[in-house]
Parts: sequence; C-alpha cells; structure tokens
Amino acid sequence: MKNALETNSVSKNFGDFTALNNVSITVPKGSIFGLLGPNGAGKTTLIRIINQITLPDSGSILLDGEPLQPNHIKDIGYLPEERGLYKTMKVGEQVLYLSQLKGLSKAEVKKRLNHWFEKFEIRDWWNKKIQELSKGMAQKIQFIVTVLHQPKLLIFDEPFSGFDPINANLIKDEILQLREEGATVIFATHRMESVEEMCDDIALIHESNKLLEGKLIDIKRQYKTNTFEVGLITDNEPQLMHIIKSKFDVSPAVFKSLNTDLKLNIRLKDNESSNELLAFLMSNAQVNHFNELVPSVNDIFIQTVKNS
Amino acid sequence: MNHLPLIIKREYLTKVKNKSFIIMTFLSPIIMIALFAVVAYLSQLNNNTERTISILDESGFVSEIFESTENTTYIILNNISLSDAKALVEENEEYGLLHISSGKDISEIEKTIKFYSEDTPSLVLITSLESKLENKLSDLKLQQIGVDIEKIKTSKSNIDIAQESFQGEKSSKIDNIVKLAFGGFAGYLLFMFIIIYGNMIMRSVIEEKTSRIIEIIISSVKPIQLMLGKIIGTSLAGITQFVIWVILGGVLMLIISAIFGINMAEMQSPQQEMMQQAMQSPETQMQMENVMAAIYNLPLTNLTIAFLLFFIGGYLLYSSMYAAIGAAVDNETDTQQFMMPILVPLILAVYVGIFTVIEDPHGTVSTVFSFIPLTSPVVMLMRIPFGVPIWQQLISLGLLIATFMFTVWFAAKIYRVGILMYGKKPSYKDIYKWLKY
Repeated sequence: MKNALETNSVSKNFGDFTALNNVSITVPKGSIFGLLGPNGAGKTTLIRIINQITLPDSGSILLDGEPLQPNHIKDIGYLPEERGLYKTMKVGEQVLYLSQLKGLSKAEVKKRLNHWFEKFEIRDWWNKKIQELSKGMAQKIQFIVTVLHQPKLLIFDEPFSGFDPINANLIKDEILQLREEGATVIFATHRMESVEEMCDDIALIHESNKLLEGKLIDIKRQYKTNTFEVGLITDNEPQLMHIIKSKFDVSPAVFKSLNTDLKLNIRLKDNESSNELLAFLMSNAQVNHFNELVPSVNDIFIQTVKNS
Repeated sequence: MNHLPLIIKREYLTKVKNKSFIIMTFLSPIIMIALFAVVAYLSQLNNNTERTISILDESGFVSEIFESTENTTYIILNNISLSDAKALVEENEEYGLLHISSGKDISEIEKTIKFYSEDTPSLVLITSLESKLENKLSDLKLQQIGVDIEKIKTSKSNIDIAQESFQGEKSSKIDNIVKLAFGGFAGYLLFMFIIIYGNMIMRSVIEEKTSRIIEIIISSVKPIQLMLGKIIGTSLAGITQFVIWVILGGVLMLIISAIFGINMAEMQSPQQEMMQQAMQSPETQMQMENVMAAIYNLPLTNLTIAFLLFFIGGYLLYSSMYAAIGAAVDNETDTQQFMMPILVPLILAVYVGIFTVIEDPHGTVSTVFSFIPLTSPVVMLMRIPFGVPIWQQLISLGLLIATFMFTVWFAAKIYRVGILMYGKKPSYKDIYKWLKY
C-alpha cells in the first residue's frame, strides 16, 4: 500500500454542532502531512477519530489499507495539543506505564528509554518527578512517550507550542529522522512556518469541511500568480515607471534593499515569460533584485479561508 | 488488549505510595485513640478531685445513709444552727452543705432540703444525693403508712419477655440490640467507605484532567477500562487503609485499655461506683452472657456473604457516579452542584435505616427502601441481622446489580465525553447532551 492513512467521508456531529463534514484525506506513506486549519476547524476531532478516542458518525478510516481496529493503537503515536503527565509520578515509572499501555514489555521500554535518555542527555532523570521538571523538559518526556513504541504513524497536534527554539529544533530534527526511518508523520497546526519547512503534503480544513489537499508543491504551483518582485536603479524614476506601467501589470512592492530606487511587483500575463520581462527591465534600468513571488502557505491558507 | 490490571496496579501504587495517604493511614488511628485517651484522662482528672460535704440533718432521718468514699467525704454536723453550719463549711473550704430541716412529717421535710455551696454544684453529685434521699424517704413514708418494706422488695417483679418465632427460633431484647448494632455498623461502614473513597476516585479523575494527561492515556486505553481500573485500584487502596486502621486501632485500643483498666479500679468517682455496682450484680452478668449468645445466634454466614455482596455492589454503584462527576468538571470546587444526587440517597439510606429498622425491621418503609437500589445496600445490610428471606435479598441484589450496570454505562458515557472537555463548567443540561454524543 502506498498510503499510510486514508479517511473516507468522515463525519462527526456533537449535538447540533457539525465538527466534521464528509472529510476525506489521504496521507501517503513516508510523508510529513500538514493538517491545517484555524482554531475550531475540526482538526483535533479528526485526529481523535484516527486515534479511536472518538467514534465517527459515518465514514471509514483505513490504516495501512486495513480498516481501523483496536489493535492499531500500538501503531500510532499521538502527541495531543492538551498534553501533560502525572505530576507526582517519577519520569521512569511514568514512561514505563504509558509504554506498557501501548503494548511494550518492561525490558524493551527500559532498553529503548536508555537510548533516548542518552540522546537527549537526560540520563539521571529516571527518578525525578514531573513536577520537578520545567515545562520544556516535561515536553521532551512527552515526545519520548509518543515515539518510544516505534509507531508507523505519528500524529503531532501543535507540536512546537511550549518549546523554546532550541528544543523545537531538536524535536524537528528528531521528527525528520523518524521519517527517514520510515514513519509517516501528521502535523496538525495553524503555524505556517513549520509547515512551510517540513511538510510534503497538506490538507486544509475550515469550518468542518476540507477545502484543499495535495502535495505542497503542486498547491503552490496552483496558487502562483506569475508575479515577480523587482528592484531597479534609475536616474529618472517617473519616466521608468511610466514605461513599465504601459507594458505590465504593476503594483508597489515592499522588501529590504540598500540602494534600490524603485520596488515593484510585476504580474505577468500567461503569454509573457520571465525572460521577456527581465530583458525589458535590463534595457531600461539597472536590475538589482529579481525574484519570483512563491505564494506562502500562509497566503494560501488565508486566501482559501477567505474565499470559502 | 486488556490493560485493566496495569491500570489497577498504577492506581493502587500511586495511592498507596502517596505521602499524605501514608501519613493518614498511620496517624488517624493514633490521633483517634490519643483523643480518646485525652478525654478519658481529663474526665478522670475531673472526678479525682476530693470533695468534702457537710450534712446538717435536723430531722434525724437520713444521716446514716451517707457513707464516705475515697473521693467524697461526708461530715455529719450535729447541734449547730444553719447559719453557723454555713459559716463553718465556708471557713473550711468544703464543697458544700446539705441541709435537711426538721418538720412535722416527711412530706414537709422533702420540700425543705437544700444544698448550699460556693459555686454551682456538679450535676452528677446533686443527682446522686437526690437518689439517695429519694430512696430513703420513700422507704420511710412506706413504713409510716404501715407497709412492710421487705415484702415490697420481694414482691417486685422483673419481666423479660422471652421471644420465639413460630419456627422455634428464640430471641430476646438483647438479641435485637445486638442485631441493630451489627446492622448499623455494617451500614454505617459502607456509608463512610463510599464518602471517603468515592471522593478519592473523583479527585483522581480530576487530577488526570487538570494535568492534561488524559488524552495521552485515552489514546491507548478505552475510557471504561480507565474508569473501572481507577475504581478498583482506589478501592483496593481503601481496603488496605481500612485494614491497617482496624489492626492498628485494635492494638492501640488494647494497650490503652490495659493502662486505663488498671486505673479504672483505682477510681472511685460517683459514676464509677455506680457502674461497678451494676457490673457486679448477677443481672448484668446474665446480660453479658446473653449478648454473647445473641452474637452466636446471628445468621453469620448469610451476614458475611450479604455484607460482601451488598458492600461491593453499593460501593461500585456510588463510585462510578463519583467518577462521572470527576470527569464532568475541571476542578473540585465545581463538583458541589453534582454532589446532591449522591449525598441525598446516601444520607436518606442511613437515616431511614436507623429509624425504621429500630421501629420495625420488616415494616413497609424499611422493606421498600431495602429494595430501592440507591438505598438498598445500606438499609439491607441493617435489616439482614434480623433475618431477611433469601428471595428478598436476591431480588434486592439483582436490582442493585442491574442498576450498577446501568450506572457504569451511564457514567462511562459522561466520562468518555467529559474527560476531553476543558475549561467549561458543565450544567446538567450539558451532561444530558453528552449522553447523545
């Protein structure tokens, strides 16, 4: 099977409130999949359904091609947005308990845990109580609990909230590493920077409906406007402006530059190529900035949500 | 995957290893017994004060009835006027002066008896003086109208109606008291157990919610498994605590009573004198034997089995309700509004149990309440020592189990939704909606 996870027309209502309306997503194996959406869009509900915490009203879910069933719990690692640990329990006992619930044996947990403790340089934490740890330290433990049973599918709900930049980076590297080792990762977030950086595929959920899904790069192509950001140096600004305006679709641009006189966004028509534009500009002024505007996930997100 | 044993183990160990739990377990019996000992010691101290009481008996009828004891010394005054006597008693700093004036006849004397003292005299002392005087003066009165006191004494009869059922089972008043004590104790024990450990379950559910670990756990186990694991684990911890309390309390009681037992013999306050006299009378010894016999006569096998079944059933019924409440709220202060449906039937059960079972263990009210599932564990436990037909016990137990299953299902539904609800104080309406999710 090529797909790690498929949901087919999943719907869920809470009383009169529709949390999910016929949502179908396909998560390719080995990908990092961004599940995007504003707060309250239904991301967490969908994730809870995948984790078998909540049952869907209708629709089906396939994990690795098989219909979801209770023993799939051990194949999924889930880091919820609302996360915590037993405050008065010791780190070691806690990880042991939570991993045993995922079906690992005691000896196996100890072995793997040692590996992670080495990796995060927290060897002497076994006997510490969670309430003695800082929030960031506790989050490391939560991350370990999520991945210790080596699940095929990892689900992170807002994984970087609460992490400082150094730890966020550490976790990011670990996630990429896990993907290398064959795991599939689902990210639920409304923070676009991390999506931009890490995700191969995305789906956008808004007001319980899926609005958009696909490879990030395809979506970006689809949303690209053929707009170029240019910076020009000239002696006669009004004249240059006049010439360009007569030929192209122009709007002012904002970017940082040391010695540019004119900053413009120039939108090309379908029959125009970037080379033509560049040749035209070079014949009229000195070009010191030329850049295709790739739509950011943020732009796509906002635009799609607005249009819906 | 069945994680129940793992959850039970964790719940049990966390509870038992908890510092405040350990402290409570070992300190409570010590504190209780210490409190007991202090109260006993203080009242002993109080009674040990020696009192001197002067008696001015102008009638000459009663002075011989006052015999001095270790704690109370009676001084009989003669040929002295009342005012002189008062002055004398005050000067000698005695406790008080009992004055019996002379009169035409006893009825007149009766009305003039007075006790003079610096402070308000102790109630126990006055009562004891009164009873002494009453006995003597009644005897005198009877003698005056020519009644032979010896004859009256021999003619007194003491009735203890022997009771026997149609099947030939003998019982007595003592039997009933013993039964009442057994039933009352069992019912009350269940009541206490539910309140203490039900709350503990509720707190532990709330803790999981506030520490936000619940979603991590719930992605590995079914909510109902978690709930049952919590209830069973906490109950086992509760039983451990109870057993330690009983053992520790018993040992300490033994030690304390050994120490105080010796002191008891040395003490001679008015109460103790009376008690000792009572203890020595053959009647009381007979009663003690009757009590032992009554205990042997209880339906012990039935009592034990029924106790276990109703105790477990009743406890599980209520604790699942506690767990549901814990799941519904975010913090302990919000639990108040939901406690009523638990506390009302529980308290009702205890009071109905105590009042109607004394009145008539097989009366309509107590029978009905011993069938209603929320009150049946307590009331039935109180009734069983009096002999409840097995079919009644079975029906009541069946109803209890059915209700328990329903409550667990109901609680699990609330639990399942409630544990994932944060930040909002739910109303009964919200909870009703959750049932449909």
